[in-house]
Amino acid sequence: MIDKLVASPQAAVADIPDGATIMLSGFGNAGMPVALIDALIAQGARELTIINNNAGNGDTGLAALMKAKRVRKITCSFPRQPDSWHFDALYRAGEIELELVPQGTLAERIRAAGAGIGAFYTPTAYGTKLAEGKETRRIGDRDHVLEHPIHADYALVKADRADRWGNLVYRKTARNFGPIMAAAAKCTVVQVRETVELGALDPEAIVTPGIFVQRVVRVH
Amino acid sequence: MKKLDRNQLAARVARDIPDGSIVNLGVGLPTLVANHLPAGREIVIHSENGVLGVGPRPAPGEEDEDLINAGKEPVTLIKGASFFHHADSFGMIRGRHLDFCVLGAFQVSVVGDLANWNTGAPDAIPAVGGAMDLAVGAKQVLVMMEHLTKAGESKIVERCTYPLTGARCVNRVYTDLAVIDVKPDGLHVVETVDGLSFEELQRLTGVPLKRLATAA
Repeated sequence: MIDKLVASPQAAVADIPDGATIMLSGFGNAGMPVALIDALIAQGARELTIINNNAGNGDTGLAALMKAKRVRKITCSFPRQPDSWHFDALYRAGEIELELVPQGTLAERIRAAGAGIGAFYTPTAYGTKLAEGKETRRIGDRDHVLEHPIHADYALVKADRADRWGNLVYRKTARNFGPIMAAAAKCTVVQVRETVELGALDPEAIVTPGIFVQRVVRVH
Repeated sequence: MKKLDRNQLAARVARDIPDGSIVNLGVGLPTLVANHLPAGREIVIHSENGVLGVGPRPAPGEEDEDLINAGKEPVTLIKGASFFHHADSFGMIRGRHLDFCVLGAFQVSVVGDLANWNTGAPDAIPAVGGAMDLAVGAKQVLVMMEHLTKAGESKIVERCTYPLTGARCVNRVYTDLAVIDVKPDGLHVVETVDGLSFEELQRLTGVPLKRLATAA
């Protein structure tokens, strides 16, 4: 029998070690797996490398992980925001490493990892500071930049509903990075609002098939 | 001369978006364009966080934290809207499926280079978001900005001094003073605001402009 349901967020993140590379779903706070992040903070893992679109908003979720000083490096596209004060303070103090990646390149590098792609050429960022030092190639009439996949040890993802196989559906724009991060990590842990019986999710509407998911935890 | 205010500028951009277009509006000033799309046109707004068919801001109390735009503001959907993940969303952008994107800018050069993400100041925290993808991906890249800096310097320049977002990517610039096309042979003035002569615009802008037969 396949049963990926885990009793609690604490149990779901218990084995994450110091130094792990972790993808966090979410665009701003939409789709941010706050319960899993809270459990990760309580668990105590340090020196983490985090992949997210942003670098924390306000005081919860990724921002709280930042505040707790558990993040060694962040890979993201848009760290600076009116409410990114915890990241801003760490960055200005030189206490965090930032890898800035254009948003579409970030998404495609994550997708590439899950899809087994070795690297890819993209026109994005050609001729800019963010492509400095990278291999380039003219393909057809356009210049491209070589980009490599981003793999992760863990993905912490928020979805709306799941079954015990880990099939997932999301809610509105909270989907954002969830499906591609789930595929890119060695161990994908998902928090959902509701778990349903196997067979209850319409196979035509499942967004992330359970093959990409290792653990599911229902959060109240 | 009558400089356009923010809403007049947004309305001027909106006037050029034809029926049936798919459009991405950058965060900030370009978002205002949505409020001025002419009635009777079916225009689909793409937001890069993963939605086609963005509608107006919800009524107070009706906000849904899972339904936001790229500026992280609450939005609604129009009929026919769809959701998709980030790699698909940027595939739409990079794959040239968007008819227009409207971006703000610090500077645009005479060859259509765009600088809009970073001032290069040593204490600035850089953030790029989707600007570089939109700059290379949309079929038409429209820039919307004030013509002059607060110090009175032209934001249309010979060469961008700020870090580039994209090279040779801008098709048309809408400012509070003029509409200017970027073409292989230079900058063509499409129109100027009431009371502003071509010669005066040329003086304010500095870099060489060409006069369209129809321009004032």
